[in-house]
Amino acid sequence: MKLTQEEQEMLEGKQGNSARKSMEILSALGDIFGAERLIGVKSVQIAGVSYHNLQEAGLEFLEEMAKDGKVRVFTTLNPAGMDLKEWKKLGISPEFAEKQLKVIEAFAKMGVKTTCTCTPYLIGNRPAQGDHIAWSESSAVCFANSVLGAYTNREGGPSALAAAITGKTPEFGFHLDKNRQAQVTVEVKAPIESYTDWGALGHAIGEKVGKKIVLITGIEKADEDSLKIFSASIATYAGAALYHVEGITPNKTEKPAETVEITAEDLKKSKEFLTDATEVDIVAVGCPHCSLAEMEAIAKGLEGKQVKKEFWICVAREVRDKAAEKGLVEKIEAAGAKIACDTCMAVAPLKGRFKGLATNSAKAVFYGRGKNSFKTIFCDLDRCIKLAVRE
Amino acid sequence: MKLEGRKICKGKVEGEALATKDGISFYGGVEPETGKVVEKGHELEGQSVAGKILVFPEGKGSTVGSYVLYNLKKNGVAPKAIVNKECETIVAVGCIISEIPCVDHIEIEKLKTGDKVKVDAEKGIVETE
Repeated sequence: MKLTQEEQEMLEGKQGNSARKSMEILSALGDIFGAERLIGVKSVQIAGVSYHNLQEAGLEFLEEMAKDGKVRVFTTLNPAGMDLKEWKKLGISPEFAEKQLKVIEAFAKMGVKTTCTCTPYLIGNRPAQGDHIAWSESSAVCFANSVLGAYTNREGGPSALAAAITGKTPEFGFHLDKNRQAQVTVEVKAPIESYTDWGALGHAIGEKVGKKIVLITGIEKADEDSLKIFSASIATYAGAALYHVEGITPNKTEKPAETVEITAEDLKKSKEFLTDATEVDIVAVGCPHCSLAEMEAIAKGLEGKQVKKEFWICVAREVRDKAAEKGLVEKIEAAGAKIACDTCMAVAPLKGRFKGLATNSAKAVFYGRGKNSFKTIFCDLDRCIKLAVRE
Repeated sequence: MKLEGRKICKGKVEGEALATKDGISFYGGVEPETGKVVEKGHELEGQSVAGKILVFPEGKGSTVGSYVLYNLKKNGVAPKAIVNKECETIVAVGCIISEIPCVDHIEIEKLKTGDKVKVDAEKGIVETE
């Protein structure tokens, strides 16, 4: 890979230790993936924020980088292992909280905006079509590439941090138009209306197509929240970082001749696969983090009710604050549900605390089962609420 | 025998090979405290990667795996070097931040557990006696 004079200086350590380490990471990745050069990025989103995943050494690495590292572009974080303010409410131990706050402190020292969310595009880190970015979180990467028409690979925590510190990323993979063309057409032969339809579609595509880039046809309309929850599902079950929906998503692509059909029967099978619990002791929504419209729907659904089970609503802090201005937070909390900012089901240390999870997110099913050994019920919001208010 | 490949992360070390034909997911697959492989059904299940020249085809799984390599190093139970068939992002980044020498594009089938191995990552060379 050819480096500019400035990039070479960073690699030689003339701009400090963190810039050197960052450039080592980026140039190695560039060489491995055959990039010819580094390109500038407009924004960064960093994963590897939960202390649960980082552990002591990960924290040390970040503190080391923070000694002289400063980010050069707008950078936000993926969810942490707890609500950074109200962690006690979620049953997090003080020992974990202390370490988690140190992680956040290290990022803050580097100039990162420490909003911890998997939906950076809902809180102002929203790239325009054609922008090159370096994001980590799999659902956000998929949403940015597919729905916003931005260009990003799926970065790991350290490579995203390296991109933030240098403002650059190697040009390969999804940064190049030639790698963004659909490889297979997916004809959807069933109505896709509810969140669980979208979640099941992501799972069904994973089963039938695997990791190829799909062009989905047969979808009449899709709002942003549906595409948000679909991005999470197809990223989880198909490993996709980019998809196209005919007539809906902004990227141009040819229609591949190879065609796969998804039928009502396939969606039914996926929904059955995603459900295995009989008893529920925790209900969680907001995977990916809720939009303001979703907060409105939840507040309306909970009006005049009282939840009898643990009920988590995961949301970015800025969206929560907007919801509070509209009186929605008050309504939700009056019903006994808990609003969890900065964190989510997938990264909080929840194993052993609960057994049966009800959720409207196919992605939350995957992490609930895998990381936390939960049994799951996959259902839409109205049923989640019904299960939560039942004795 | 001299095998030639590509530098991923610099460094020069000697040690004993621990080789597998299975990919390795460091996150969830290797215990950061002990270096023990804990992935169910893995060829190396129950064995420790600590102090070995770890030979495997490629990394897999979550990108958090890079931090697991870093944790292994800090806990003194990291492999001495990594030799891959095809290195991917997780292992490459993990090696760079942990300063574990790493070489790929090596015919790993020619290396077996117990071999005395010299790795010169700068030159991309792996030698056995």
